[in-house]
Amino acid sequence: MIGRHKHLIGLEPLSREEILGLLQLAVSMKEVLRRPIKKVPTLRGKAVVNLFFEASTRTRTSFETAAKILSADAFNWTSSTSSVTKGETLLDTARNIEAMHPDVLVIRHPAGGAPQYVANRVGCAVANAGDGAHEHPSQGLLDLFTLAEHFTRVGGKPGGEVGKKEDVVPDFGTIAGKTVAIVGDISHSRVARSDLYGLTKLGAKVRFCGPPTMMPPGVEAMGATVHHQLREAVEGADAVVMLRIQHERIGDPLIPGTREYSKFWGLNAKKAAEWLTPTCAILHPGPINRGVELSSEVADGPRSVILEQVENGVAVRMAILYLLAGGAHEIDTPAPEGAARA
Amino acid sequence: MSGEIIFIEGGRVLDPASGTDGIRTVVVRDGRIAEVAERLERPREARAIDARGKWVVPGLIDLHVHLREPGQEYKETVETGARAAVAGGFTAVCAMPNTVPPNDNTGVTELVLARASAAGLARVYPVGCISKGQKGEELAEYGELKNAGCVALSDDGKPVMSSALMRRALEYARVFDLPVTVHEEDLGLVGKGVMHEGPAATRLGLKGVPGAAEEVMVLRDIALAELTGGRLHLAHLSSAGSVRAAREAKRRGLRVTAEATPHHLALSDEDVARSGYDTDFKMNPPLRSAADVHAVREGLADGTIDCIATDHAPHTVVEKDLEFDVAANGVVGLETAFAVCLALARKGAFSERRLIEALTIAPARAFGLPGGSFAKNAAADVAILDPGLEWRCEPGRFNSKCGNSPWKGAMLVGRCTHTLVGGRVVHELDMGASGQGPMGASGSGPKGER
Amino acid sequence: MNAEGIERALKRMAREIQELARGGELAIVGIRRGGVHLAERLRRELASVTGQKPLVGTLDIALYRDDLSERASAPVVGPTDIRFPVTGKTVVLVDDVIYTGRTVRAALDELVDFGRPRRVLLAVLVDRGGRELPIAPDLVGAKLEVPEREQVEVQLVEGGAAEDQVIIKPRGNA
Repeated sequence: MIGRHKHLIGLEPLSREEILGLLQLAVSMKEVLRRPIKKVPTLRGKAVVNLFFEASTRTRTSFETAAKILSADAFNWTSSTSSVTKGETLLDTARNIEAMHPDVLVIRHPAGGAPQYVANRVGCAVANAGDGAHEHPSQGLLDLFTLAEHFTRVGGKPGGEVGKKEDVVPDFGTIAGKTVAIVGDISHSRVARSDLYGLTKLGAKVRFCGPPTMMPPGVEAMGATVHHQLREAVEGADAVVMLRIQHERIGDPLIPGTREYSKFWGLNAKKAAEWLTPTCAILHPGPINRGVELSSEVADGPRSVILEQVENGVAVRMAILYLLAGGAHEIDTPAPEGAARA
Repeated sequence: MSGEIIFIEGGRVLDPASGTDGIRTVVVRDGRIAEVAERLERPREARAIDARGKWVVPGLIDLHVHLREPGQEYKETVETGARAAVAGGFTAVCAMPNTVPPNDNTGVTELVLARASAAGLARVYPVGCISKGQKGEELAEYGELKNAGCVALSDDGKPVMSSALMRRALEYARVFDLPVTVHEEDLGLVGKGVMHEGPAATRLGLKGVPGAAEEVMVLRDIALAELTGGRLHLAHLSSAGSVRAAREAKRRGLRVTAEATPHHLALSDEDVARSGYDTDFKMNPPLRSAADVHAVREGLADGTIDCIATDHAPHTVVEKDLEFDVAANGVVGLETAFAVCLALARKGAFSERRLIEALTIAPARAFGLPGGSFAKNAAADVAILDPGLEWRCEPGRFNSKCGNSPWKGAMLVGRCTHTLVGGRVVHELDMGASGQGPMGASGSGPKGER
Repeated sequence: MNAEGIERALKRMAREIQELARGGELAIVGIRRGGVHLAERLRRELASVTGQKPLVGTLDIALYRDDLSERASAPVVGPTDIRFPVTGKTVVLVDDVIYTGRTVRAALDELVDFGRPRRVLLAVLVDRGGRELPIAPDLVGAKLEVPEREQVEVQLVEGGAAEDQVIIKPRGNA
């Protein structure tokens, strides 16, 4: 359980305390990743099934790795079809898998609401690995984790050195009061939404940036400020999240092409040097379109924390799986008294 | 049965066509309205129906229902749809032609009429296709369709994307004096949208359809109506811009009529968000913003929107119990329409008289149908509605085969207790067995007359 | 057991560790949460006796528990901090109370995932009996007979207590 929640559908329903609890747990999980033997027996005998209806090697592998480090059994079920196109409905697929008694179902689906739909109909816990344009909670959490590490490392001193990426114990209070810009196709981005919910719940200010065609309707009501000029969005920001731009969107072109996008909304070394503070972190959920939203220099440069995001992703997903799969399934089983002191 | 005399006594008679609103007795003789007056003495041989505390209104008329027969009888048949209709107080419904095969020929029209006649419940007026097969390419044979019994034309379910075809349809239909009722959406603007484009869709991560998708087509068709002098009826209006356009068209004297559904009068996109991706809140056009809902209510109140039509669209769990993106559009509405609209009237959205007008004489006039009033010698189509009756909406106990309703499980107030078609009681609410199920008179009744 | 008694016990245990360790490189590892402060105290005692501060670390055993499936919710996971290579060291595991032995079993499993110690010694302040596994401490501050329905609590000033003491109280809502 994550707080009162049996499933992890998104960050929007979570309280600030529940998010902090998850992040704090991820700190302990990250320590396991640094051990010589990267395995703990915690979820031995538990089964985690990745039910992915959209191709995604990185998120799936990240969840799989997280499960295996916790000694859970991990199974992958990829389907390139959703309901109705090839016969078996989403519900039937989920029920068939449930009959094999998984402890956690990790679902990625092109339709917003699909993980919620499945969670309402199966008995096991459900983790959302990305549903349509709705939410991608594990990405939101790992971005928060990475930002907290970065802000803690930098010490919040303006003009402070970024320097070597030494290990720090992240202080999640450092997120409050920071300004984070999220740049890209906000209207189609579940990462942007999960980041927004997580950041605002922890007290940060969010700026959305992109051409008007990429701004979702009602975006102002969500709590972010909207900017169409990249410079305006990133100047003075403490961190920038660059989103991946899809090369084509058939039937509904939002931009003339990637060349124009890159020129006006992409980050290259020159813009970074002129517009970003030296301690401004650069994040990207991956995979990067090098040369489109980020130049190679910036992606591999001193401000980039993209690889830390990947490592933190495993730790965060370990925390998610631990909370969803750990513990009895009958909620009213009381903890045996004094067990902790045995 | 010939000769039967029925006295409906003690009820509030609301007959907007004549302006009557007060306690009256309605006398039915030989299947016709014989008299509507106060304090009439009832002869011993007359049957009495006690309507005290209830409203006695002309049988309700619904210009827009999907009866699914032929071709999708697992969802609904003419008979079950007609039964759902009379349970809701509707004595006449117009059956949309998007059946399988679609109603672009006399064969399907006659089938629908035959089924309705055999059922002997609500009158069913078939609507024929605008284009052959609803493909949007060639005109269907309007003359044949009218002769067979169609009262209007529609490609509902789909818009007529070709402006050229729409122009010709309006022109050609003039010859046969048929109204053309149009489902307005520009498919290019709709794209893959599944709900109203706005903050709720953004929060849910679902693709949205802007109100403009409906408005651009409404504006186009109003221009074509003006060009051709044809009769244009705008189906299920949902957006403020559409209502504005319709108001302007009427002010200029064009032959434009319009309808709105109970769900577009009652629910908004925030209700979709609150439902947690419940597909019983998914329909086309979608539930829109609070401002749009307000505009539709105002439009109904001031007459811009002539009438209420349910767009009753039965779907089974096969089509609905799916993720939101792929679930079918549509909700049933015949059995909840009165309660839902009455609640709105009580909230002050429009008067009770306007409510009944929008369900009786207004739809009749829009399509040129008989009925909708208690004129002397009119066919005795009557609905007795109890405005205070509380009941739980249990889709499993609907008369319709399907239960896809956003009001499932809700407590509603207002229900039809008796329905008469041509003087025969075809629906009587069984209050004993927890208030469900009609006790209809069997046998054949009058088929949809014109 | 009062503050004086605790201090005497720790001093004695430090001497015993020195003897048992027989020159091996020492690392004192406290089991969270009760063993952490005691480990630090033992480390200081050993430093004053030998002149050298041994390595120190903490182990949180939440991820190695054997009762995860029986609990209503996943137990809170605290930080584990072992910054030195475990292989070849003489590790002294420290906890405040040993009872069923399950905590120590989990700690041993976790410790060997870090490397192969030369030797592991177990030091506890209080042994209250009631073992459910064949685990015996090498160094014991005091043996106490405690009925099953009661629990032992070690209070230390580092943990915020007014003074060091060992108390016995009824099990349940403390």
